[in-house]
Amino acid sequence: MSAPGQGLRPGTVVDGFRVGEPIYEGGQGVLYAVERVSGGDGMPLLIKVPRLGPGQPGETVVTYEVERMVLAALQGRHVPRFVAAGDLEAQPYVVMERVEGRSLAEATGPLPAAEVARLGASVARALEALHAQGGIHLDLKPSNVILRPGGEAVLIDFGLSRHLHYPDLLGEEAHAPVGSAPYVSPEAVLGVRNDPRSDLFSFGVVLYELATGKLPFGAPTSSGGLRQRLWMDPAPPRAREPAVPEWLQEVILRCLEPDPAERYPSAAAVAAELEHPEKVTVTERGRRLKTFGSRRRMGRWVRQLRYGEISLGEKAEPGARVVLVAVATQHTNEERNDALREEARRLVMPGMRLACVAIIKPASEPAGAMRGATSERIRHLVLLRHWSESLNLPPGQVTHHVIESGDAAGALLDYARRNHVEQVLIGAPPRDVALSGLVGTVAMKVMAHAPCTVTIVRPRS
Amino acid sequence: MRVALLADVHANLEALTACLAHASGQGAEAHAFVGDLVGYGADPAAVLDIVAEHAAKGAVVVRGNHDQAVLDGTYDLSASAEKAVLWTRGRLSPPQLAFLAGLPLVVHRNEALYVHASADAPADWIYVTDPVRAGHSLAAAEGARYVFSGHVHEPALYFSGPSQKAQGFHPVPGVAVPLTPRYRWLAIVGSAGQPRDGKTEACYALFDSARATLTFHRVPYDWSTAAAKVRAAGLPDRLAHRLERGV
Repeated sequence: MSAPGQGLRPGTVVDGFRVGEPIYEGGQGVLYAVERVSGGDGMPLLIKVPRLGPGQPGETVVTYEVERMVLAALQGRHVPRFVAAGDLEAQPYVVMERVEGRSLAEATGPLPAAEVARLGASVARALEALHAQGGIHLDLKPSNVILRPGGEAVLIDFGLSRHLHYPDLLGEEAHAPVGSAPYVSPEAVLGVRNDPRSDLFSFGVVLYELATGKLPFGAPTSSGGLRQRLWMDPAPPRAREPAVPEWLQEVILRCLEPDPAERYPSAAAVAAELEHPEKVTVTERGRRLKTFGSRRRMGRWVRQLRYGEISLGEKAEPGARVVLVAVATQHTNEERNDALREEARRLVMPGMRLACVAIIKPASEPAGAMRGATSERIRHLVLLRHWSESLNLPPGQVTHHVIESGDAAGALLDYARRNHVEQVLIGAPPRDVALSGLVGTVAMKVMAHAPCTVTIVRPRS
Repeated sequence: MRVALLADVHANLEALTACLAHASGQGAEAHAFVGDLVGYGADPAAVLDIVAEHAAKGAVVVRGNHDQAVLDGTYDLSASAEKAVLWTRGRLSPPQLAFLAGLPLVVHRNEALYVHASADAPADWIYVTDPVRAGHSLAAAEGARYVFSGHVHEPALYFSGPSQKAQGFHPVPGVAVPLTPRYRWLAIVGSAGQPRDGKTEACYALFDSARATLTFHRVPYDWSTAAAKVRAAGLPDRLAHRLERGV
């Protein structure tokens, strides 16, 4: 046996399984063919060994634990059969069925509509079987689908998945990996991990790719790029591949709706339509040949946001020009708060209103936290008022708003749009935060998409 | 070793015997009672005798706030609970009171810490109702991989990983959850004798230490008899009603 977290040598025996040749080496682990030393029912097997230890990202061990837990809980022909797993501290591994067939990644678009429908229906039926058991894949893409010789689809790689009957180990991770950039759903980008319809979005990307040979959102490499799919609608498949029939475009774009409520209600529903294209009701969605203008895009996105807002209920001076200042009441940073205040003092003149806005994260489950949610909002409202007090602005020239939202930039932009804000003041991210950090994302996204001037305020040092 | 974890039995004999029978069917070899053996229900003496029998065979038993109230007559409880506590006091024999008085607040055995409320100040009876409080209890239970508690009547499972931020999960009855080793786990096993999540079935959990799994169970029991006994004893009607509705 090898040391924990290291690769295995062919010929080694691990807990009754003889290790064969490596099949695949990926960033997170290695797959080898294995066979039982004795017994066995003829089902081909493989062993998956995670790469652990120094130099490996911390999430590797979590994705290993997630896959092991979820795979052991799943049954049926649409997932590899779970056989055995090793102790994390001694020799971590998972032994499972080695699914025979070809990868869906070998099917390169554009394919004829009938072929897209046939392949798509197989994948949708596999998702249906997964969802019926309480599983959500959350990393659906062509390379994670194997088609058995009979045409049945098998979903593989459950490292980012969720099973609703088990705790979500990845939900606890501060920097949990989200699925593969070209395929991940908008809500998964925001950290939502409990909606089976997230798989339907990724499924829509797969269908789009099969039908057109292209990716609807490209392959973004930044979190800002990922978030664009919250409001951007992709080019209609028929605009990129004229051979795509209207019914197929209807199915694909319905899967790609940013709001899960506007997608198919279930994998079974989309499977049924792919199996009977003549039953698809074609709407404007299936016929359009252009993307929407930016206004409509914003509308799509705003529906996606779900938040509660409370304010001090001050009367705003009617017709006043509005300056929005985003105050981070969740992170006390006196220098940044002072700098923001100075900038606000300089800017707000008679006939203008300063709207002080704090965004707080929505309360999380279990429900005990709900009781505290209102008092939490009030606490932030108090902090916000404290922030503005020394500005000594007369009533009507200052208002205070606490908004609960998982998407701070989105909520700020929405407020700016609804209130015809003329200028936004927002604190700069600390110098030591990488561009990919959360604060950077908020300030930069606001800057990129605000309908008005945005001033990033940095403390003098 | 399979350990049946029972909390908040609250003198409900019907619920206790149903849970013990179910646990025996599931292969339970040991038992732990994490507080509030009495209060609310009509059978404090019978329940204490059963628990004392298990204690004599090595079961873990810790004290809850209602047990404490019966002992020292401090009534920092709701009006109906206070009535039940006074009534209970009059029904217990000196040996039964002595058994209650001998119960510790906390037991640390093997990798598990047993405490009725929060391991962070066990005598303050803090309700662990959210991940933050669960995090405090886990932090105080240093050295234990598992914390088993009651006090809150709705079952819940919390876990904290290397990032130290605890997270909560609503367990699904009958599903064996692997308590994976890189995490520390806090289970609120749910009330056996007075469920409050809208279901009448008694709660308990089964911990399998060899497989490191925890299974939350719901057990149907004869709540109509338990409620009738509460009324016959002259205890507040509200306490009978709670059993009939699981509220």
